Amino acid sequence: MASKFMNWVDARFPATQLWNEHIGQYYAPKNFNVWYYFGSLAMLVLANQLLTGIWLAMFYKPSAAEAFGSVAYIMRDVEWGWLIRYMHSTGASFFFIVVYLHMFRALLYGSYRKPRELLWIFGCLIFLALMAEAFMGYVLPWGNMSYWGAQVIISLFSAIPVIGEQLTTWIRGDFVIGDATLNRFFALHVVALPFVLVGLVIAHIMALHHVGSNNPDGIEIKANKNADGHPADGIPFHPYYTVKDLFGVGVFLILFCGVIFFAPEFGGFFLEPPNFTEANPSVTPEHIAPVWYFTPFYAMLRAINFEVLGVPAKLLGVITMFGAVLIMFVLPWLDRSKVKSIRYKGWIFKAMLAAFVVAFVILGYIGTQAPSPLLTTIAQVCTAVYFAFFLLMPFYSVIDRTKPVPERVTG
Amino acid sequence: MMRRLFIALFLMMPLAALAAGGESVPFHHETNLGNQASLQRGAKMFMNYCSGCHSLQYMRYQRIADDLDIPEEVMEKNLMMTRGKIHDTIQGTMDAESAAEWFGKAPPDLSLTARERGADWIYSFLLSFYRDDSRPSGVNNVVMSNTAMPAVLAPLQGYQALKHEEGEGGEGESHGGDHGAPEFELVQEGQLDPAEYKAAVGDLTNFLVYVGEPAKLVRYSLGFKVIVFLLLFTALAYMLKKEFWRDVH
Repeated sequence: MASKFMNWVDARFPATQLWNEHIGQYYAPKNFNVWYYFGSLAMLVLANQLLTGIWLAMFYKPSAAEAFGSVAYIMRDVEWGWLIRYMHSTGASFFFIVVYLHMFRALLYGSYRKPRELLWIFGCLIFLALMAEAFMGYVLPWGNMSYWGAQVIISLFSAIPVIGEQLTTWIRGDFVIGDATLNRFFALHVVALPFVLVGLVIAHIMALHHVGSNNPDGIEIKANKNADGHPADGIPFHPYYTVKDLFGVGVFLILFCGVIFFAPEFGGFFLEPPNFTEANPSVTPEHIAPVWYFTPFYAMLRAINFEVLGVPAKLLGVITMFGAVLIMFVLPWLDRSKVKSIRYKGWIFKAMLAAFVVAFVILGYIGTQAPSPLLTTIAQVCTAVYFAFFLLMPFYSVIDRTKPVPERVTG
Repeated sequence: MMRRLFIALFLMMPLAALAAGGESVPFHHETNLGNQASLQRGAKMFMNYCSGCHSLQYMRYQRIADDLDIPEEVMEKNLMMTRGKIHDTIQGTMDAESAAEWFGKAPPDLSLTARERGADWIYSFLLSFYRDDSRPSGVNNVVMSNTAMPAVLAPLQGYQALKHEEGEGGEGESHGGDHGAPEFELVQEGQLDPAEYKAAVGDLTNFLVYVGEPAKLVRYSLGFKVIVFLLLFTALAYMLKKEFWRDVH
């Protein structure tokens, strides 16, 4: 009966074929370690954001006069509104935690190397879209930090020569952040960018399943096939990785729900105290800081306080900040090492990667703090380390002494 | 090595959170939302002493009655000082414009003050009024200097004088308790002795923390159940994974 029904469907829509290509007969390397949980977890958080977002949008009012009150209404008068909102606000931060770890995994094992360049680029585009999505979402509660955060970030565009000032006015839809800005950010946050994100995620997964997954050894499992034509070191995604990821989901949800129920503000990092007062153009918060996931890039922006060859510091800072994201796109062509995985790379790459991570974390901390001359100097050093990791890679990846790569995965 | 790095990345988050503490305030209040009697006393105190000027524009009388087990008749007869209905939000009795004229600044809504400034701030603010004849209201405040708010709680607290401000007077080592806290001297007694007044302000602070996030009353206990469920779920998922992976070598 069931197979008859599936035959009927399959004659009209490739349901079984899609299932097999992407889940049932998708052969993934059997040696995935803990770093390989974050892809499926990112999908889980995306689903969480989409679903809770739909329910929030049912009660949220996208106007400067009503937005703040409607969030309070969700937190108090809507049945389970507080839970839905905390799932969404905590989900935003967890999205970045998961995505940063997912990207770091790619750095560890060279998952961006040929033939996975497009897979990596789709990932970078997802990261870029996610940053835009998060920034606009942060403005919607219309708290005072929402307002001033948007004020600072949008004014960055005014650093662009000639068209800067007009461009910021065009983005805001007004001469100041106001009702028009909030309204268009709502449209972008709930319609345009989720479409872009979901589309890019589909492209990302299609590219992944086309070339096959990398693994901690950085070798191609398709090179070794057994008698039935499947990779000898591969196992079907379902049921092996579906049950394994289910366990990962359990651990993730314990941490996620721990924050939702016991520390949704997370010490002011996930929900900032000044955002519990309504947007007020005449009262500037003592210290404007973006949410934690933007602080490494914010710190780079502030670190550039000098001009070079007549390019003003502000413009240079903006270029540095956006450059820090854009440089990731060319990573597949910067790495010229003979091996993909850190397991077989030499000490230079390990040292560079460690320095890169330390610099990124320090920048993240500095971005949360009020500027001081000492912090600015440290931020300048860390910014240099961040870019050195990428820009020097064509050289150090060649001279770095690599170890021989095994034929088969080592588990 | 990977595992350690992974754990370290997660552990860094709460550490950073600790480092980001809010503004410093002289006194600490241990918030206790489990003490319903305290919340009820706090509600009564708010309605009697604060609601004349301060609104709780996002909070409904009905919600407070339900959450704090206050009978509706008692709420309507004894606690509702305005003409509203029980399902209305708690609006101040003054219009903002005349309030601004009388005090120089309209009294702020207090719905979210506990979330914006924290319990310690509210507690400290209400303990830190002192006589200052240079101010139009005759009092000033250590936590928010030159506050427009008069000493509304003086009938309870009495009036205190400021002996020295925070940081002044280096003889800090001779005082126990809050280090570097401002020192006050009671110059005119109120209806309550200082310990009773502190307790009353503690009740009011508890109440305002509750008002800041009513879901807090259920959030923790629900969270506990959810985590217990997830632990069981994860244990089962782990065993399922082990079972399925037995044939992978």
